[in-house]
Amino acid sequence: MSEPVPITINVNGRRRSAMVEARLLLVHYLRENLNLTGTHVGCDTSQCGACTVLLDGRSTKSCTVFAVLADGSEVQTIEGLADGDELHPLQDGFWEEHGLQCGYCTPGMIMSAANLLQENPSPSEDEIREGISGNLCRCTGYQHIVNAIQHAAERMAQS
Amino acid sequence: MIPTAFDYRRATSVAEALALLQEGGPEAKLLAGGHSLIPMMKQRLAEPGLLIDIGGLDELRGIEEQDDGDIAIGAAMTHAEIAASELLRAQAPIVAETAAAIGDAQVRNRGTIGGSLAHADPGADLPAVMVALDATIAILGPNGDRQVAAEDFFQDILTVDLEEGEIVTGVCFAPCRSAAYAKLEQRASKFALVGVAAALTLDGGSCSSARVAVTGASSHAQRLGGVEDALAGASLPDGAASAAAGAGDGLEFVNEDLHGSEGYRRAMTAVFARRAIEAAAGRG
Ligand SMILES: Cc1cc2nc3c(=O)[nH]c(=O)nc-3n(C[C@H](O)[C@H](O)[C@H](O)COP(=O)(O)OP(=O)(O)OC[C@H]3O[C@@H](n4cnc5c(N)ncnc54)[C@H](O)[C@@H]3O)c2cc1C
Ligand code: FES
Ligand code: FES
Repeated sequence: MSEPVPITINVNGRRRSAMVEARLLLVHYLRENLNLTGTHVGCDTSQCGACTVLLDGRSTKSCTVFAVLADGSEVQTIEGLADGDELHPLQDGFWEEHGLQCGYCTPGMIMSAANLLQENPSPSEDEIREGISGNLCRCTGYQHIVNAIQHAAERMAQS
Repeated sequence: MIPTAFDYRRATSVAEALALLQEGGPEAKLLAGGHSLIPMMKQRLAEPGLLIDIGGLDELRGIEEQDDGDIAIGAAMTHAEIAASELLRAQAPIVAETAAAIGDAQVRNRGTIGGSLAHADPGADLPAVMVALDATIAILGPNGDRQVAAEDFFQDILTVDLEEGEIVTGVCFAPCRSAAYAKLEQRASKFALVGVAAALTLDGGSCSSARVAVTGASSHAQRLGGVEDALAGASLPDGAASAAAGAGDGLEFVNEDLHGSEGYRRAMTAVFARRAIEAAAGRG
């Protein structure tokens, strides 16, 4: 049997410590240990992006990272994006532009978009489509998601 | 999907990683970005008893111009970092562009060049580029370090010239502007069904010599000798199509799966060889 490993991860601004099995995936740690169920599991095979979180500021498929690999790091999930009752511009954009239907892909989409806007605050439509190419949506056909990200980019540029 | 249980150690230096590899023997495996290994562990295609994390090692990081002008990339550099490198964009744009075309943003944020080369997926992009650039792979093991030419490093499907207990520490190549990579990608994963890298030495409008390598089509990244011979002395870009025409014929083994038959991949090898040569010539 393998030894449990101590980890400390800063999740959405809070230090969280635990003893975990090394094989525990980050997505399971977030959902099952911390009850942060906004991060979804779509495929569990590194393809769909529903499990995307920011790991030290960069978008990461949390189904393809062990929790122990995030020890000492910062993780941001969809739950950590809003500022109190004030929605993040991306959340607002998805609301205003109808960027979702069933909503399953939405948390991952938003975290990927956050990674994109951090690197490229005013992306072209093509750059947005490339930026979210690691996230699959079975409902929207993507156009409204692209509009939502454009909406957010414009709002962030104004503020 | 849950992998089998394993022990986890985060190495704090390359020396410690080497020692842990020795200790762990055949049960031990290195983990860099985990974007090839973790999916395999989840499917229980890999069941290491000890995972040695080298992803964060400073010694394996950096993209630098060396005293002799060559460019060295540390094994733990991510595809995203390579894609964003100003040095590479200026002196070897093929490397930055190829890294930018790997998978998606999340994969590029985790996956590393060392992991990609050591894993040697038959459809991985960077191996072909390293063969075309005549790169040297730097390896450290219990008996010291050694250098291997990229074209000798890749040997078969998921098989490279790496002994148990050895670590890839980085790659090194001479700057080259007139080089380009073109791939027919698998639409979901972006792995190459066929990818061709061409590095040309140009003399005005003609090509004095060339190195051309293919990935995806065959078991491992390898040179396309026939195309290289046909390019020597060819005028470009006009001569690209005829030089590339036989590219697929020269391959002894061609992959075949639901994404592409053998015949299709052979035909596409010629098409993407032409595109890579034309793009490289356009940079001369
Ligand atoms: C959805 C998805 C899409 C992808 N698309 C592409 C694509 O389009 N093109 C492409 O080329 N790749 C693609 N990849 C693969 C990706 O680039 C991987 O990250 C890469 O192949 C492996 O790098 P890694 O750092 O993640 O290695 P790991 O998974 O950590 O390791 C892979 C193997 O290499 C060994 N290893 C790692 N580092 C070293 C080292 N320094 N020395 C010796 N051995 C080492 C490990 O022991 C392991 O056996 C994709 C992956 C996924 C999940
Ligand atoms: S659940 Fe992680 S990529 Fe689909
Ligand atoms: S809104 Fe349903 S999967 Fe995207």
